[in-house]
Amino acid sequence: MNSLRKKIDKIKPHFTEGGRFGKLRSVFEGLESFLFVPKKVTFKGSHVRDSIDLKRTMSVVIIALLPALLFGAYNTGLQHFRSIGADAGTLQMFWFGFLKILPLIVVSYAVGLGIEFIAAQIRGHEINEGFLVTGILIPLIMPIDIPLWMLALATAFAVIIGKEVFGGTGMNVFNPALTARAFLFFSYPAWMTGDKVWTEGLTKGQHIIDGFSGATPLALCAAGETTKIPSFMQMFIGTIPGSIGETSTLAILIGALILIVTGIGSWKIIVSVFAGGLGMGLLLNAFAVNSYMELPVYYHFVMGGFAFGAVFMATDPVSGAQTERGKWIYGFLIGIMSILIRVINPAYPEGVMLAILLMNVFAPLIDYFVIQSSINKRLKRAKIATNNLAR
Amino acid sequence: MSNQEKEPMFSAKNLKLFTAPLGRDNPITVQVLGICSALAVTVKLKPAIVMALSVTIVVAVSNVVIAAMRKYIPDRIRIIVQLVVIATMVILVDQFLKAYAFDVSKQLSVFVGLIITNCILMGRLEAFAMANKPWPSFIDGLGNGAGYGIILIIVAFFRELLGSGTIYGYPVMQKIGIYSTGYENNGMMILPPMALIAVGLIIWFQRSRNRSLIEKK
Repeated sequence: MNSLRKKIDKIKPHFTEGGRFGKLRSVFEGLESFLFVPKKVTFKGSHVRDSIDLKRTMSVVIIALLPALLFGAYNTGLQHFRSIGADAGTLQMFWFGFLKILPLIVVSYAVGLGIEFIAAQIRGHEINEGFLVTGILIPLIMPIDIPLWMLALATAFAVIIGKEVFGGTGMNVFNPALTARAFLFFSYPAWMTGDKVWTEGLTKGQHIIDGFSGATPLALCAAGETTKIPSFMQMFIGTIPGSIGETSTLAILIGALILIVTGIGSWKIIVSVFAGGLGMGLLLNAFAVNSYMELPVYYHFVMGGFAFGAVFMATDPVSGAQTERGKWIYGFLIGIMSILIRVINPAYPEGVMLAILLMNVFAPLIDYFVIQSSINKRLKRAKIATNNLAR
Repeated sequence: MSNQEKEPMFSAKNLKLFTAPLGRDNPITVQVLGICSALAVTVKLKPAIVMALSVTIVVAVSNVVIAAMRKYIPDRIRIIVQLVVIATMVILVDQFLKAYAFDVSKQLSVFVGLIITNCILMGRLEAFAMANKPWPSFIDGLGNGAGYGIILIIVAFFRELLGSGTIYGYPVMQKIGIYSTGYENNGMMILPPMALIAVGLIIWFQRSRNRSLIEKK
């Protein structure tokens, strides 16, 4: 480690202003602080500084995403071999899926980081590390068969229109990963819905055995075939068709545990999303007129992207609510909207993405009213105090 | 007053009335007026061009009419008078389209009628025609109509090309054989939000080239 540090220190002067590669200093700084804690000192006033900076925060989220990613790789292989009716070992399935997911991750990072580096150069500021997490989230919420050029286009759209135009990391209104998904969902619906895209090879017309259906549980429910969905346990473990990282509720819960224990993700948001979903599910059960509305509430938590959205998307500290009371309202409304869109709107089999994007827009408003109500409460208290003094 | 009357018809000042709205004084990208119709009629080039022509004609002629009677319009009812003039023009254009370009008229549907409420028109009548002579007002109307139209046509060009793979109905994308490489039309281009983003990109482009348009903080 020490020799690496020395080497970096040796070439560092070239990358300062006026140095030989002065123009590339944002790139250098980005790479340097990726390896070592930045040696930044504040000059004015006193600041409380934690040893955990933005990059460390992001790294924890990536670690939390690993279970979902690894299971996604296994499940990709599993669905593939199931569809062709072949037998394969666990490791073989995992390796097959891993090789299929790798290009998606590479493309997502290459395009996203490329744009971030260029934007940092143009604007002359440091490279924001916000894309570290977005870059892995984007492949995880895609169907496995998505063409790479579409993924690249969506990533570029999300980073430029979803983030850079608002001022870069920390300024975005919408969750960038969901922006990418929404872009694809509306641009190329044939690649984002249906029962072919979720299993590797089906869109290329690969031979499948009789009786195999690549339909997701949500698609089955939306078609009114609630009796055909996999068992609760299967959906909880995640051996079902779906976006790469979203199928296994178990893996996602492990990630949630990591986020909550390290204090990176807000447990209030996660809990309130589930509470909102529970409330809406029970309400629909009470007024059920079809088999989908009668579906037991806990099924909703393990189907589709509900758990993934609640744990990794809704807890995004930038696009979510900031105030503590606001987080409860924000999460609760996401839960309600997700189930509502899912069950009632036939055009959208999954509602989590749209629900979170919608509440992203409302998050500043929620925060505003929470802060206002707190100000008013204190003003009232202050008034009573001064009145008492005057008396 | 007298030396103004001697001014040549295409003086530099008058020409500027025409060119300013095309660029640094554009009604859509700088004044941000008339956005709603820009979103609605730019899915295809043909309706966009027809809409651009209609607005140009309405705003130019209404400008002339209002400028001609500007001294006789009582101040307190001027908005109503302006609206009557615009509405008359819009109905004329609407009937003309129905008679000679029925299919386009059907595509534009309610948006021709909604030219009446287009902010660009009221804006030009209030800000320019009420204080200027008919000829400069005419040029001003043409300029603003063209400034509106040019943005509409740019947006419609990209939306039609990327959304439907055609230019003015001609299947360009199919002719160059790009579909066999796996390319697909972008469905979002046909949806209204993409027009908003396209207009936003044009504003971004314009401002980065002309920095004086960026507001001071």
